[in-house]
Amino acid sequence: MDFKDYYATLGVAPAATQAEIKRAYRKLARKYHPDVSKEVDAEVRFKELAEAYEALNDDEKRAAYDDAVERHKNGQAFGAQPGRDSGYEFSGAGNEAADNFDHSDFFEALFGRRGGAARSARPQGPVSGGDHHARVQIDLLDAYCGGRRTITLRFPKRDEQGRVSMQDRQLDVNIPKGIREGQHLRLNGQGEAGFGDGPAGDLYLEIEFSPHPHFRVDGRDIYLDLPIAPWEAALGANVTAPTPDGSVELTVPAGSSAGRKLRLKGKGLPSVPPGDLYAVLSIVLPPADGAPAQAAYRALSAAFGGFDPRRSLKV
Amino acid sequence: MTHPMSSTVAVFVEQEVQFSLLELCRACSADSGQLILLVEEGVLTPRGDAPQEWRFEGSALPRARAALRLGRDLELSPGATALVLDLLDEIDTLKARLRRTATR
Repeated sequence: MDFKDYYATLGVAPAATQAEIKRAYRKLARKYHPDVSKEVDAEVRFKELAEAYEALNDDEKRAAYDDAVERHKNGQAFGAQPGRDSGYEFSGAGNEAADNFDHSDFFEALFGRRGGAARSARPQGPVSGGDHHARVQIDLLDAYCGGRRTITLRFPKRDEQGRVSMQDRQLDVNIPKGIREGQHLRLNGQGEAGFGDGPAGDLYLEIEFSPHPHFRVDGRDIYLDLPIAPWEAALGANVTAPTPDGSVELTVPAGSSAGRKLRLKGKGLPSVPPGDLYAVLSIVLPPADGAPAQAAYRALSAAFGGFDPRRSLKV
Repeated sequence: MTHPMSSTVAVFVEQEVQFSLLELCRACSADSGQLILLVEEGVLTPRGDAPQEWRFEGSALPRARAALRLGRDLELSPGATALVLDLLDEIDTLKARLRRTATR
């Protein structure tokens, strides 16, 4: 198990005051909170920040951590001392079942395992299990066409001894046609098991699209970068463009410039109402490699003798 | 260990589900006081007059969860949470506008 440097995680010195620690956490938390930050590793970093703050913000825990730092420096073991578990009762601010798995082994070695407190006072009678939430990636085509898909979920499971292992779970799910990113499917009874005779909770799946090589999705609209040749842009052309489930014939109007969007109404995600497919034109120059190609370009230049693309820049 | 496949019925939350206050509380693991504050700030907009009569659209679920996470993790007041969500909405709109232009 690696020793975690919580002071470094928050970017503060070991002698930092509580105020400095709080300020450092708040600034970094704003930056890396997954709901706010689009950084790829935001969730991981935020969990590290939250754990570091939890350890250092509380006087007792900070003292225990500093003590562990000293022991670690002196080459001693830093795990929990006998009887230490009984001294710590951490009522977490987080209240979703999944959050209780967020502590690292290092944190739990120092501070004992929390999360047991929530369930230790089991009420009489049946209690329904809590709801679970998961994010799941599907192909754009699955949302475009709908249909049954097998979803694999990984989740941490704690056994009676308290050991956590990752488990796989497969679900056969019907993907509704036209579902958009960020929308949810609810699988009744697939959440946390109930207590006593209580019913199981539900499982919510948040839909995410796997990145697609050609298409960008924005809500119910789909965007495609459509490369065309200069003569196609200038003279117009009929071109074939891919759609998520096939292809379509498009007419490029004469005199099109780069960035022009050709709208295919109703060819986006078949939501209610259906989205559109936008082909965004980009003009690709054939490479001027070899004498014939260069000659062709020079002829083009000669044919447009008076053409000055930078006229608007002249004083 | 892989569990055997089970065929499960999936309900499209944003289209087919309406939540009462208590149902939304359960789905968010929140108490009614927290959700009532969010309604008072305009973060959530249920139909109905009194909390017992409120009916939330399915889309209220992700919004409520995001609001609760932000409030808890960043120690924001309900009003500040509402402002953050509004600003995030605006950022999403602007980013969508940017995505509509070709990248080369």
